[in-house]
Amino acid sequence: MKLNEFTIIQAAAGLHDKKFSARELIVDCLAAIRGYDENFHAYLEVFETAERHAEEADRLIEKGGVLPPLLGIPLAIKDNILIKGGRTTAGSKILANYTAPYDATVIKKLKNHGAIFLGKTNLDEFAMGVSTENSAFGPTKNPRDTSRVPGGSSGGSAAAVAAHLCLGALGSDTGGSIRQPASFCGVVGFKPTYGSVSRHGLIAMASSLDQIGPFAKTVADAELLFGAIAGPDHFDATTHPDPMQLPPIESLKHLRIGVPKEYFISGLDHRVETAIRSALEKIEKAGAIIKEISLSHSEYALAAYYIIVPSEVSANLARFDGVRYGLQEKNARTLAEVYTHSRAHGFGTEVKRRIMLGTYALSSGYYDAYYLKAQKVRRLIKQDFERAFKEVDVIASPTAPTPAFRFGEKTDDPIQMYLADIYTVAVNLAGIPGISLPAEKVLEEKALLPVGLQLVGPRWGDRQLLGIAKLAEQVIANS
Amino acid sequence: MSIVKKDVEHIAHLARIELSDAEKQKFEKELSAILAFVEKLNEVDTAEVEPMTGGTELENHLREDAVIDGDLEEKAEALLAAAPETKETWIKVKAIFE
Repeated sequence: MKLNEFTIIQAAAGLHDKKFSARELIVDCLAAIRGYDENFHAYLEVFETAERHAEEADRLIEKGGVLPPLLGIPLAIKDNILIKGGRTTAGSKILANYTAPYDATVIKKLKNHGAIFLGKTNLDEFAMGVSTENSAFGPTKNPRDTSRVPGGSSGGSAAAVAAHLCLGALGSDTGGSIRQPASFCGVVGFKPTYGSVSRHGLIAMASSLDQIGPFAKTVADAELLFGAIAGPDHFDATTHPDPMQLPPIESLKHLRIGVPKEYFISGLDHRVETAIRSALEKIEKAGAIIKEISLSHSEYALAAYYIIVPSEVSANLARFDGVRYGLQEKNARTLAEVYTHSRAHGFGTEVKRRIMLGTYALSSGYYDAYYLKAQKVRRLIKQDFERAFKEVDVIASPTAPTPAFRFGEKTDDPIQMYLADIYTVAVNLAGIPGISLPAEKVLEEKALLPVGLQLVGPRWGDRQLLGIAKLAEQVIANS
Repeated sequence: MSIVKKDVEHIAHLARIELSDAEKQKFEKELSAILAFVEKLNEVDTAEVEPMTGGTELENHLREDAVIDGDLEEKAEALLAAAPETKETWIKVKAIFE
């Protein structure tokens, strides 16, 4: 077995027991990237310096003593997260040559844990998309079937983990951008409670929804990564200084699982439905209680999301004006043209679309009808979940309504594209944690396509949710 | 709510993005379709509902008014290096007044 095929926990044990060195681990990962990434284009940039960092890690292992928990573990980082001194593009032409002046807080934390970064992964431009087709640097291909998308916007990170081009990765999730690609690529993807992981150094998309989270091969690995990156941060006032974490749940017996009746509607691929019900049956056999619940405002989540997000996007992307950083249009004759031409040439179509939508929704005369209305519906959606969590411990659903689709299938119709996030956006609107883990694959033509089971917990129930997901993962794999 | 070309031009001006004629046509269609889709929200009775204002329940989350950042000189250099046009320690922009 090549070292890049290990899980983080296996690799950490192997390094600790001196079965192999960090250098050998990194070399295997870099060789895999060099050998296979041209088939997937998961990475936008690979760090050749990773080998040197691995040698430093080996020196620390040699010295012995208490070692940092992720020492020598190779990770990939979505290219909207700043690593100091490195290029950070957000998948956009407007930042094609932008060098990060500081480390994101999550990067600082991972460095303190001894992790090694292999490179930056591809994404939909400014994290807007469901397929990574919106990247200004070319799409990423799904390692399970390269004629299909890996999902988005964190498609590169999901693909890198699925193809063993790293042991784990970071992504960001605003409406499903970690969970949906995890579902499409057959890996684990976790979006934490809003406010549990610092957004300092994450290029902002929608500030009231964005969260950084881990991709991994197993839930236990994802839990490890989450533990390393979570925590309050003075640089991000939306991080909670001392949240009351819910207690862990040790067994699936008597666990109450809610299945929202509103989610099993037309548009859900029947093979996905079968795979999800099959996974839930296995969990039920292990002693859990499956209950039908109602999240009555479910059908409004996507509409609320596609007002709130573009509105926040229009504000957050106003900073890209060709003045302080990023692309500056050289043929501009006036200051106004510096703005209008730099932004016209630097931004891709989906980004422009969302900025336009948001600008409109926030403009004078329309703010109440759109943005304010959406924020009220958002509260109702949040309350739906709070009510549900009085009756159940966890909510289960498909992560996405279909398995990975083919390139070009959704690019003509923005609304078709937005529908891919139908099961994930409400979780971000409510600020609660959600995880996607692999369920049964479905056969489509000659390919076996992954399907993700989404589990959702109450706010600050991250540890509890990860524990439940670990138990579910075992049961799904073993039956 | 249907969007016409005049609206698209107004929004593009507010957003400071120059659009080609082809883009204006495309956005007229697409924005109209998306706005029609989000009209759905009018079905919900929100008369007694407080709007959410963000993702957190924290209020007035302050910290001490003290410098917590380090390497300020290094950071200042990095920020200047990122700017497309500079002069000494200034970022250069086109004339604001005519």
